[in-house]
Amino acid sequence: MNPYVPIIAVGAIGFGFGLISLAAGALTGPKRYNRAKLEAYECGIEPSPQAQGGGRFPIKYFLTAMLFIIFDIEIVFLYPWAVTFDQLGVFGLIEMALFILTVFVAYVYVWRRGGLEWD
Amino acid sequence: MTGFVTPKLEYVALLPMLIIFAGAIIGVLVEAFAKQSLRKFIHSLLTPTTLLLALFQVFANKDLVTTNAAINSVVIDGPVIIAQGTILILTLISLLFILDVDSFAPEASALPGSEEERKALAIGKQQTEIFPLLLFSVAGMMLFPAANDLITLFIALEVLSLPLYLMAGLSRRRRLFSQESAMKYFLLGAYSSAFFIFGAAFLYGYSGSIQFSQIRSAVVGSSGNDVLLLIGIVFLSVGLLFKVGAVPFHAWTPDVYQGAPTPITGFMAAVTKVAAFLAVLRIFYTVLDGAIWQWRPLLTAVAILTMVVGSVVALVQRDVKRMLAYSSIAHAGFLLTGVIAFNKAGLESSLFYLLAYGIATLGAFGIITLIQDSQGEVTDLNRWAGLGKKSPAIASAFAFFLLTFAGIPLTSGFIGKFSIFSAAYESGNIAVVVVGVLTSALAAFFYIRVIVLMFFTDAKDATVTVTLPTLRSSIAVWGTAFLTLILGVLPNSTLSFIENLAIFTR
Amino acid sequence: MLESETLVVLIALPLFSSGFLLLAGRKADKWGHLFATAIAGSTFLLAMIEMFAMVGREEANRALYQKVFTWISVGSFNVDAALLLDQLSICFVLLITGVGTLIHIYSISYMSHDPDRRRFFAYLNLFIAAMLLLVLGDSYLNLYVGWEGVGLASYLLIGFWNKKPEYATAAKKAFVVNRIGDLGLSIAIMVAFAVFGTVTFKGIEEQANSASQGAMVAIGFALLLAAVGKSAQFPLQSWLGDAMAGPTPVSALIHAATMVTAGVYLIVRSNFVFDNAPIAQFAVVIVGAITLLFGAIIGMAKDDIKKALAASTMSQIGYMILAAGLGPIGYAFAIMHLLTHGFFKAGMFLGAGSVMHGMSDEVNMRRYGGLARYMPITTITFGFGYLAIIGVPPFAGFYSKDKIIEAAFNLGGAKGIVFGSITLLGAVITAFYMTRLFMMTFLGKKRWSEGQRPHESPFLIWAPMVILSLGSIGSGFLLYSGKRLEYWLKPVVDKGGHKHEEFISHATVTTMALTAVLIGVAIAIAKYRKDIPIEAPEKVSIFTRAARKDLMQDQINETLFMRPGLAITSTLVKTDEKVIDGLVRGVAQVSLGSAKGLRRIQSGYIRNYALLILIGAAALIAAIWVVTL
Repeated sequence: MNPYVPIIAVGAIGFGFGLISLAAGALTGPKRYNRAKLEAYECGIEPSPQAQGGGRFPIKYFLTAMLFIIFDIEIVFLYPWAVTFDQLGVFGLIEMALFILTVFVAYVYVWRRGGLEWD
Repeated sequence: MTGFVTPKLEYVALLPMLIIFAGAIIGVLVEAFAKQSLRKFIHSLLTPTTLLLALFQVFANKDLVTTNAAINSVVIDGPVIIAQGTILILTLISLLFILDVDSFAPEASALPGSEEERKALAIGKQQTEIFPLLLFSVAGMMLFPAANDLITLFIALEVLSLPLYLMAGLSRRRRLFSQESAMKYFLLGAYSSAFFIFGAAFLYGYSGSIQFSQIRSAVVGSSGNDVLLLIGIVFLSVGLLFKVGAVPFHAWTPDVYQGAPTPITGFMAAVTKVAAFLAVLRIFYTVLDGAIWQWRPLLTAVAILTMVVGSVVALVQRDVKRMLAYSSIAHAGFLLTGVIAFNKAGLESSLFYLLAYGIATLGAFGIITLIQDSQGEVTDLNRWAGLGKKSPAIASAFAFFLLTFAGIPLTSGFIGKFSIFSAAYESGNIAVVVVGVLTSALAAFFYIRVIVLMFFTDAKDATVTVTLPTLRSSIAVWGTAFLTLILGVLPNSTLSFIENLAIFTR
Repeated sequence: MLESETLVVLIALPLFSSGFLLLAGRKADKWGHLFATAIAGSTFLLAMIEMFAMVGREEANRALYQKVFTWISVGSFNVDAALLLDQLSICFVLLITGVGTLIHIYSISYMSHDPDRRRFFAYLNLFIAAMLLLVLGDSYLNLYVGWEGVGLASYLLIGFWNKKPEYATAAKKAFVVNRIGDLGLSIAIMVAFAVFGTVTFKGIEEQANSASQGAMVAIGFALLLAAVGKSAQFPLQSWLGDAMAGPTPVSALIHAATMVTAGVYLIVRSNFVFDNAPIAQFAVVIVGAITLLFGAIIGMAKDDIKKALAASTMSQIGYMILAAGLGPIGYAFAIMHLLTHGFFKAGMFLGAGSVMHGMSDEVNMRRYGGLARYMPITTITFGFGYLAIIGVPPFAGFYSKDKIIEAAFNLGGAKGIVFGSITLLGAVITAFYMTRLFMMTFLGKKRWSEGQRPHESPFLIWAPMVILSLGSIGSGFLLYSGKRLEYWLKPVVDKGGHKHEEFISHATVTTMALTAVLIGVAIAIAKYRKDIPIEAPEKVSIFTRAARKDLMQDQINETLFMRPGLAITSTLVKTDEKVIDGLVRGVAQVSLGSAKGLRRIQSGYIRNYALLILIGAAALIAAIWVVTL
C-alpha cells in the first residue's frame, strides 16, 4: 500500500468531521442573533473600532490565547511520548518531565507577572 | 515496529549550552519570584556566573571532537569550540555595558510618552527581562554553529533571533524609534526565516535527509545541477545572509542598529555575526562543498556588492550608530571573502577576524553609550566635533577602534584583513581581494573623517559631555582597546591557537 | 652574526619605566623624575657595556642579533620582532642614551616648577625607548614602529604645554607634516615587500644588487620622502621651527640631537638601496644642498634664539643628508657630523634654555646682550658649541664639516664644484649667523628691561652643559683621527670598499673652509659691533624680510600642501554638514553620489526591504541558473 494513502484518509476524515460538525450545529442549534454573536471572535472584545489611548487595543484575550498555545504544543509532544511510553522507559520519563518543567516555567512567569489577571 | 533505542546524549559536549539554558530558565524564575528591587542585582550575579561557567566548560572541552553529541544533530569540533568561546567572551564584555548603562526601557509595554511610562520611570522600574533574554539568545548562538542537521539549525536560528527582536525594542530613549526597529527586525527576520526553512525543505527534498552528512554525500555524488538543490542552496543562503547582513539582505541593519539600545546593538553586531558566520562557514565548507562551483560565484557577487555598498553608503552617514551599521555591513563583506576562499586559511582567518572585529565593535558601541547630553546618548556625528578636547582618552580609544575597523597596521583589524585577504588570494579569488582592498581604502576615508572631526574640529555643542565611565565601563572600554592592540601587535599565539583547532568535522 | 639575549633590555627598561610612571599617578610625583633619570642612566651604562664588548670582538662578529618574538606570521608573510646592534646602531644608541641621560638630568631642574613633571619624564623615557627601537630594529617594519613611536613621543612633548592653543597647533603641525613622511616609509616597506618578499635589512641587502632599477629608485624616493619629513628637510621643513614651542630640553634632545637625525640614519642604513639607485641618491644630495642653504638663510634673520638654533639644525642636517647622498665616501662623514652635531647642538640648546631660565623665559635676542658677565658658565659652554658649529679647529665641527666639504668637492666635475661651493657658502653663512647669535646674546651692551635679573643657572642645569661642551671640543678629533669612525663603519656602509678619487687636496679644502669661516665671522662682527635696536628694524631688504618669514616656507607650504589638504579636510567636514541637505561635494563626489543613490533604498518601509530581499533572492536564483547553464 502506498504510504500516503493513510495520510490522505486521515485528512479526509478530519475534513469530514469538521463539515459534519458545522452542518450539525447549523441544523440543530437554536438561532438567537445578538450583537456579541456577530463579533469576529465572539470573545467579548471589540476588534474595531478601537480608539482609546492612541489606537491601542486590549491584548488580554491574546495573552490567554498565547498561553493556551503553549499547552497545546505541549500536548502535541506528549502524544508520541504517550504512545511509546513503555519503550522509552526511564529516559523518556525524565526527558518529558524536563520538558514539562520548562514549559511550566514559562507558565509560572506569566502567572506571577499578572498575565492571568483579566483586569 | 522494532524497539526504540534509547538515544545517547553526550552531556559533557552539550554542557556549555545546557548551562546557558539553565541559567536562562533560572533567570525567568527570578523574574517570576524575586522582588522588583532585587532583580537587577540577582541578574548581575547570575548572568556573568552562567557565562563564565559555560566558558570554563568550553575551554575544558577544547580537544573534544564529536558529531554524535545529540543523536547526530549536534557536532562539536574545533571551530565550534572557538566560536562558542568567542561568543561567550564577547557576551561577557557586552554584559559589562548592559549592566552599566541605563539604556533600557523602564516598562516596555507602556505606550511611549504615556502616564504609565512616566510612573514606571518615576519609581525606577527596570525591564530586567533583558538578562534571561540575552542568555537565551546566547544559547541559540552557541547551538547555531554546532547544528548538524537542518532542523537543529533552524531551531537554533529562531532561539537566537527571537530574543534579539525583543531586545531591539527595549531602548530607554526614543521609544517609538526603538519599537519600530524591533518591529522591522521581527517582520523581516520572519520573512527571511521563511526563505531559510523553504531552502531547508528543498534540500530535504533533494537529498531525502536533514542530516548534513547525508546531504553532503548526496551533493558530492551528483552533478550538482539539480533544480531542488540549487533552489535549496539559494534559499538557505538568503536566510543566512540576512542574519549576517549581506547586501541585498542588509536593509534592516542600519535601522535596527540605530533603534536598538546601544549595548544591544553592540551585542548584535559582534556576537550574532560570530554565530551566523560560523554556520555559514560550516554549511558551505562541509555540506555544500560538492557544489562549490555553483555557490562560489554567487557568494562572490554578494561579497563584492556587500563591501562596495557597505563602504560607500557609510560615507554619507551622519549618525554614529548608522555609520557603524554600514561598517558592519562592509565587514560582513570582508568576512564573506573568507567563505569564498574555501581553504583552511579562510576558516582560520575568519575565526580570527570575528574575534578581533567583535572586540573592537563592542568597544566602539560601548563608547557611544558614554557620549551623552541631558537627553541621553548623542549619536549625531556633527555633535561629536571637538570630542578630542573634551575627553582625549575616550576620543583616542574611539579613534583607535576606528583605525582597527580601517585595518591600520598595529591593530587587530590589520591582521584580520591581511590574513583573510591572503586566504582569498591563495585560493585564486583575486577579484574579491582587489575589491576588498579598494573598499578598505574607501572605508578608511570615513573612519578618518570621524577622527578629524573629533580631534581637529572645534566643539560647537557644549551640552555634549562624556559621562564619566564607571569602573565596569572603564574595564570594558580599556579592556577591549587593550585586547585590540594585543591582537594587533602579538597576534601569533591567538593565530596558532586557532590554527590548531580550526578543522571542521563532518 | 652573534645572538644576544639582552638587547631587548635596552628598549624594555625605558618603555616599562614610562608606562609605570604614567600609571603610577600622582603618588609617583615625588620621585618619578629621579626614577626616570636613573633608568636613562642605566640604559647608557648598558650601551657602554655593549660598546666595549663590541670593540673587543672580531670585526666579523661585532654585530649582535636578537629575535624577541615572532610578530606576524600569516601565510608567506613572516616578520620577527628582532633587534640588530651593529657598528652603525651602536653609535646612535650611545648618542641617544648619553645625550638622553644628560637631558634627563637637566630637566630635573628645568622642569622643577611644572606640576606635571612626572608626565614629562614618562614621555622622555617613552621617547628614548622608541628611538632605541628605531635604530635597533632589524627590519624596516620594526624601524617603522620606532619611527611612529618617536613621532608620538615628539607630539606629546611638543604639545606638553598644550594649554596654550598655539603650542597645541605646533604639535599638530609637526604631527601632520610627519605623516606625509611616514607615508613615504610605508610605501617603501610595501614596495620592498612586494619586490623582495622580505622587509629585513639583511634580506633586502642580499638581493639589492640583482633587483630591478625601477624598484630600487621607487624605494629610494619613498625612503627619501620619509627622511625629509622626519629630518625637517626641504620641502617638509616647516614644522621644526614651530616645534620649538616645546620645553627646551625637548628641543635639545629630539629636535637637535636625535629624532630629527633619524632621516640621516634611514638613508645611511639603506645604503644598499641608494647605492643601487643613483637617481634617488642624487636627489638626496640635492635635497641636502637646498636645505643647508635654506636653513642657514633663515637662521640669519631669526631673533628668537630657539628658532635661530632650529634653523641652524635644519641646515646642519642638510649637511648630513648631503653627505649621505654622496654614497660610500660620504656615509661615515654624515654619521660623524651627526655625532658631533649631537653634542654641540644639544649643548647650545641647553645653553639657550639656561639663558631663558635666567631671563624669565625671554626668547628674543634683541632683548639680551652682555649676558656673558652674568652667566659665565653658560657663556663658555655655549661658546665651545659655537666654535664647534662654525668649524674652528680643533673643535668637533671642524673635522666633521671639513670632511663633508671635501667629499662634496671630490664628487668631481661640475657636480663637485657646484655642491662643494654650496657647502662652502653654507659654512660662510653658518659662521655669520652663529656669530650674530653669540654676539647678540652674550656680548655687547645689555638691552633687557630693568625688571630682569639675569643669573647663572643651578648646578643640575649647567653640569650637563659642561659635559656636552667637552664633547663639542673633543668628539671631532676622537672620531676623525686615524679614520677611526670610517674604519668602524666600513663593514656596514661600505662593504665593497670604494675608490677614493681626490680632485682637490685636503689642505686646499681646509684652507678654503677656514677662509669661509673667517669671512662669515668678519661680516657678522662688522655688522653687530654697533648697537642693536631692541625692535627689529622695519626697513630691511627684501631678502631679510623673506628670511624672517622663513623664506615663505609656510606660505609655500600653504599653497602646495596645506590649501589642498585643508580643502580636503574642510570638504570632509563640510560634507558631513551638507549631507543633511543632500548636497555633497569634494573629492569623494563619485562615491558620495552613488552613496546617495543607494541611500534611497533605505526608505524605512518594511515592504520595500522585503521587496529588496525578494529581488535579491530572485537575482540569486537567476545567477545560479546562469552559472550552471
